[in-house]
Amino acid sequence: MTERAAYDDVVLAAPVTIPYVRYSIRSAHWFLGRALAELIATAGVSKARIDGLAVASFTLAPDTAVGLTQHLGLTLRWLDHVPMGGASGIVSIRRAARAVESGDAEIVACIAGDSNHTDSFRRNTTSFSQFAQDAVYPYGSGGPNLSFALLTAYYMREHGVEREDFGKLCVAQRNNALKNPLALLKKPLTLDDYLNARLIADPLRLFDCVMPCAGAEGFLVMRRATAASLGLPFARVLGAIERHNAFPDDPIQDRGGWAMDADALYAQAGVGPQDINFLQVYDDYPVINALQFEGLGFCGRAGAPEFIRANTFEAEGSFPVNTSGGQLSVGQAGAAGGHLGIVEAIRQLTGQPLGARVPNARHGVVSGFGMINYDRGICSGAVVLGAA
Amino acid sequence: MPSKPDTRPKRKNPLVRTPLPTLPPGARSRVALGLTAAAARGRFELQVCRDCGAVQYPPREVCRSCLSQRLAWRAQDGCGALLAETLLRNAQELFFRERAPWRVGIVRLDAGVNVIAYVHQTVGAAPARVRVNAALDRAGQAVLIAVPEQGRFHLSDDPKLREMTCDPRHRKILVTDGKSAPGQAVVRALAAAGADLIWVGEAEPWKKAPGLEALRNAGIAKIVPLDVTDGRSVRELAHEIGAKVDILVNTADCHRAFSLAGRRGVETAQLETEINYFGLLRLAQEFAPALKARAADGTTNAIAWVNLLSIFAISNYPPHGTYSASKAAAFSLSQALRAELATAGIRVINLFPGPIDDEWDQLELPPKLSPASVASALVEALKGSVEDVYPGDVAQDWLARHLDDPKALERELREARR
Repeated sequence: MTERAAYDDVVLAAPVTIPYVRYSIRSAHWFLGRALAELIATAGVSKARIDGLAVASFTLAPDTAVGLTQHLGLTLRWLDHVPMGGASGIVSIRRAARAVESGDAEIVACIAGDSNHTDSFRRNTTSFSQFAQDAVYPYGSGGPNLSFALLTAYYMREHGVEREDFGKLCVAQRNNALKNPLALLKKPLTLDDYLNARLIADPLRLFDCVMPCAGAEGFLVMRRATAASLGLPFARVLGAIERHNAFPDDPIQDRGGWAMDADALYAQAGVGPQDINFLQVYDDYPVINALQFEGLGFCGRAGAPEFIRANTFEAEGSFPVNTSGGQLSVGQAGAAGGHLGIVEAIRQLTGQPLGARVPNARHGVVSGFGMINYDRGICSGAVVLGAA
Repeated sequence: MPSKPDTRPKRKNPLVRTPLPTLPPGARSRVALGLTAAAARGRFELQVCRDCGAVQYPPREVCRSCLSQRLAWRAQDGCGALLAETLLRNAQELFFRERAPWRVGIVRLDAGVNVIAYVHQTVGAAPARVRVNAALDRAGQAVLIAVPEQGRFHLSDDPKLREMTCDPRHRKILVTDGKSAPGQAVVRALAAAGADLIWVGEAEPWKKAPGLEALRNAGIAKIVPLDVTDGRSVRELAHEIGAKVDILVNTADCHRAFSLAGRRGVETAQLETEINYFGLLRLAQEFAPALKARAADGTTNAIAWVNLLSIFAISNYPPHGTYSASKAAAFSLSQALRAELATAGIRVINLFPGPIDDEWDQLELPPKLSPASVASALVEALKGSVEDVYPGDVAQDWLARHLDDPKALERELREARR
């Protein structure tokens, strides 16, 4: 395999969030349009300066990124639609980074957002993929709760993780969310609350499951020099990976694509797991947090239970995770869930968090995970970001 | 023997609103319908690559291993390991919400693919060895069910999965013609299977049919006037009992004409059509709406419609040319009826028996089916989860030839005796 070129002074700037709401009468276009407006306002550039756009959304149909250009009155020379669910944010960074490096675009807006009407989630689930429609949804119509219940049951049995371990993660994220004014779930969560919540799909209970909502996230990708000329605080892209359909012969998913690519990620970034000050993981269910801890090298395979017991995960803890609260406490605004951690990481590395601040944050890892196409998540990715 | 719920369901409270039928999601890609096509005949088949032998699931267009497009549906033993399971308590679809929780698991088949499947309540906790079978759900689409690897299983032994059957136990059943030997055998078999009440139709009561009185005297069946050639007769019976029938078994059959030149004129063929085709149409018009209205009426809901067709329906058998044509017409109409009743989750089961050992198939060579074996196949179909049943060796032989090449079967039947 040829050696991957480093990212040559690519930076992320202008983190924006369109506040989440449980249900909205607006469409995805509204949330994506608001995100773009916020990006322009935050960066202090005219709309015409945005010459690249990467879009992720589940509810934009019948439109794609193409329709959005006309809807938002954008004239672009670089356009991408990234239908990779929770991996879309990481993949958008990788693609946009190469675009701005090569000069195919100067400023790429990476936006993700979805609306949520009262019946949206069911509609999205019924036709999520051909395999899901044919071979999963007819079995109780559980959606992701079913898929993650099976993965969680297997992981707990085979790797000795306890519900108290997952509970510790969820409680820590809620503690982080309590300081984030934009988090939807604002009620304090105790371990007892977590352990005794309503069963959803054994062993999953209510606080293991993300709450679908409406909202949007966005950030800009550009060269360091561009950011400097605009006077924008930024975070540097040090390394990035993506992988699709990793380990297809594993009988059931108890590791993700990060396990294939973590070495390449840190080699490219020039830092290792020991240098990382915080981690923003894709947390639609806590079992996936465990797979990311392991796959990204913060502990060994099947080492997550011990790792969880040995650490604290609040922003000021021994290993800060999902410092804005993560999807489990902020809400899952569709495809924006994969951008949530990136936006929070930029805020931490530029010293402007919405809530709790990670002390002396120099390096952070953000990871993404997406698309339970059939029996496992297909897309995974991660980036190492550094402070300016 | 497996345990069965043996208590007769309580009488319904007439003041309580009858629930409206809901269905599991029925959308499938075209390629996935191969699973349904096999399940409708009681088989579990998966796609197998003709080039590299890799088994495929979920169904797809191209081999997951060698990318060959030559994928063929092949029978599977279904053995594998239940890796993990859950009890799904939150469902997005009304059908599942009304019946939650659901036991669902992921099974690694020994053939090398994963399936999501319902887990039968007799299976032990994961991890466990299981065997996967296909069944038709209330939407009429194939779903997979994991059962213990060893031993017989009955869908009816699991209260959730029982709804995938049309088990005649505790049900009220109309058998449309009790004068024929197959009709009477069907009544006896349904009674033995625990039917709650059987009405049996009698046309032209002044022509006494042997055996019918014996059914009445044995207390097995209630004989009711029903002449399927007479719209008024069908309507009057439907007004009287239509709102109580859970399963309708159409045994009315007329088999008189033989080869085209066997009889002058069309009168005999018309009578066959009046009973075999228009008879079904009259029954469908009068009874189908009542069945649909009661499709969700508790555990003894309206649930199935059975047609006693003939293997001659799938390809014309020239020695019984006009009879074949009338049965083909009935078969075609049954497909319309199936689509109509599917909206309420009511299953239409067609039986395509080979020649029956009665006076009308006298000149057919063995093997021939006894009326009792036709009846037994019918009851098994109701207890199971199938749509199309081909009882007997002749029917199985015709089906195999038909599936292989329908045109070849037509030519082979041209060479038949007489």
